[in-house]
Amino acid sequence: MPKFVEEFERPEDARVLIRRIQELARVVGRDRVQFMEVCGTHTVAIFRYGIRDLIPGNIRLLSGPGCPVCVTPSQSIDEFIAISRMPGVIAAVFGDMMRVPGTDSSLEIEKAKGADVRIVYSSLDALKMARENPWKDVVFFAVGFETTAPTIAATLATAADSGIKNFYVLPANKLIPPAMAAVLETEGLALDGLICPGHVSAIIGSRAYEFIPAKYRIGAVVTGFQSTDILQSIYLLLRQIVDGSPRVETQYSRLVVPEGNLAALGVMDEVFEPCDSAWRGLGVIPSSGLKLRPQFAEFGVLQKFDLKSPESREAYGCLCGEILRGKKEPLDCPLFGKACTPESPVGACMVTTEGTCQAHYRYGVERT
Amino acid sequence: MREKDIITLAHGSGGKAAHELISRFFLPFFDNPILRNLDDQGVFAIKEGRLALTTDTYVVSPLFFRGGDIGRLAICGTVNDLAVCGATPLFLSAGFVIEEGFRVDALQRILASMKDAACEASVSVITADTKVVEKGACDGLFINTSGIGMVPEGIEMSSKFVRPGDCVLLSGTIGDHGIAVVSEREGISFETDVRSDCAPLAGMVEAMLVAGARPHAMRDPTRGGLATTLNEIAIASKVEIEIEEERIPLNASVRSACELLGFDPLHVANEGKLVAFVPEADAEKALKAMRASKYGRSAALIGRVVSAGEPRVFMKTRIGGRRFVDMLVGEQFPRIC
Repeated sequence: MPKFVEEFERPEDARVLIRRIQELARVVGRDRVQFMEVCGTHTVAIFRYGIRDLIPGNIRLLSGPGCPVCVTPSQSIDEFIAISRMPGVIAAVFGDMMRVPGTDSSLEIEKAKGADVRIVYSSLDALKMARENPWKDVVFFAVGFETTAPTIAATLATAADSGIKNFYVLPANKLIPPAMAAVLETEGLALDGLICPGHVSAIIGSRAYEFIPAKYRIGAVVTGFQSTDILQSIYLLLRQIVDGSPRVETQYSRLVVPEGNLAALGVMDEVFEPCDSAWRGLGVIPSSGLKLRPQFAEFGVLQKFDLKSPESREAYGCLCGEILRGKKEPLDCPLFGKACTPESPVGACMVTTEGTCQAHYRYGVERT
Repeated sequence: MREKDIITLAHGSGGKAAHELISRFFLPFFDNPILRNLDDQGVFAIKEGRLALTTDTYVVSPLFFRGGDIGRLAICGTVNDLAVCGATPLFLSAGFVIEEGFRVDALQRILASMKDAACEASVSVITADTKVVEKGACDGLFINTSGIGMVPEGIEMSSKFVRPGDCVLLSGTIGDHGIAVVSEREGISFETDVRSDCAPLAGMVEAMLVAGARPHAMRDPTRGGLATTLNEIAIASKVEIEIEEERIPLNASVRSACELLGFDPLHVANEGKLVAFVPEADAEKALKAMRASKYGRSAALIGRVVSAGEPRVFMKTRIGGRRFVDMLVGEQFPRIC
């Protein structure tokens, strides 16, 4: 466990960076410069550090689609709920999926009604449950981005090697670069730079973002999660605008290399292959999801359970879709803070701590 | 496992086995003249004055965790609920709901740790009850404790009494208990050296009062963490509170674990901390008394009550930003990592 967090969080460094950002923001001289932080962890960090409060008024930070809970569509939630209701099933799930509303229930409600839903921190913990409960079927809800996919792939490879027959996954993993492309294609959204996720990039490498300056002519900076990391990235993006040379830069170089983590990418590729995938709010994005390769298909739920496709729908009036694309901000939504609160969320962005709406609701000074 | 190694429904029957359970296990640990009578109630005399009465039920999972167990928790939690109104804890009751099949040696470990905590806090358990329920009807062991304490003359605290200008004192690091417990839950396997802060605080409170500090209000920020406690006080007293991130004591390991799990340390539970709202004139002596006591070494002044009116809590962040501090909503779940 790292004990060195403090050294990246020196208030004096932050003050220097803020001053430089203010200078460059003046040099840029535009009424509005828009950057998007793609990752939900960055959204929360920006609020927790109070960064919006510290940067000049002409820099606007928009939140992107990088919250794995928020982008999992009702359809996937409904399918997993249906599995959790089946007898003899242990439904293993990451904690922050518990409260996400499906079409007419949530895993938290199913658990209260008696379904055996268990929170795990890693897919490996779910596999352990399968070993310890040989008379049950353990089904793991495989959600998340490139950060969870390698561990899930390694878990399935282990399950295959050790001949475990009572472990299954509902594959719903998603890939970040195709979603970024979809956001950048959004009509009427003028972005001047992207703050790219740190953990995802540790897996896929910074090279995965080269298409952004090449095709969209804006900068992309791979960023860590401390306050000074984020401030430095804002500075680097402004610098690129001033220099007129959009490119991929890695601020988070203590963890991210251009080619990524080859071992992790290798096991992902062994087990999964890309497929078209539906995102909440963004619709179906080509090659943005992961499905099991044929040699691992026996671990898929479709082979095992008879899943009647439920009639799924998203909540009426909720702007999560447009918020995930950066087209709208939470305060634009008529439900925000009224019909939709963390206590009784309507949309997925209000459910999880990493959701844009919950971050605005919990930390946003503007709400008061 | 032999039959005598586990608790069975017979132990809750009220018959011979039940008698044996009480006289063989419970009495040796909690022995005192009042309990020894084995009457249906404990009888004691009081001096004139005001009494404080509190109750809490403990249902932690797992039952044993680094730095404590459900037994220590059941004593400390109730002692602290008395202490934070300034009361000197005197007597406790203890009720046990035990799932059949529960291991006798585990029960003994828990009772021993209750005994130690009660000794440390100078309280006696003077009446107790056990029930055994069928397998699956409870998760191992639930404990309820109630406590009675004497409120010293002239001491009056309430979450309604906080005023603008009050200093917010915190007795030590936050989040230790919550992280210690969550790190040992099934399915969340991460390595940490964090220990629960579970501790009785009556001694610290007494020292603060003896030093002449007269807090307007005190609370122990348990479930929901510091953020929830501050918000409750803000609402009860209709005040705005501002705290400073830099001044809040936080262990490096707790901080790392929170980053890993996506928790806000302000929302993570504590079981051996208190927050005191004291008039500025008393702040220094209160802080000195806290720091001199065993469980308050890293006590700090973390903020102030800035104004009356809109009940809300803000935090000045380490880098000089400002953010809203909200209550915890529902249970804190680890994020997808």
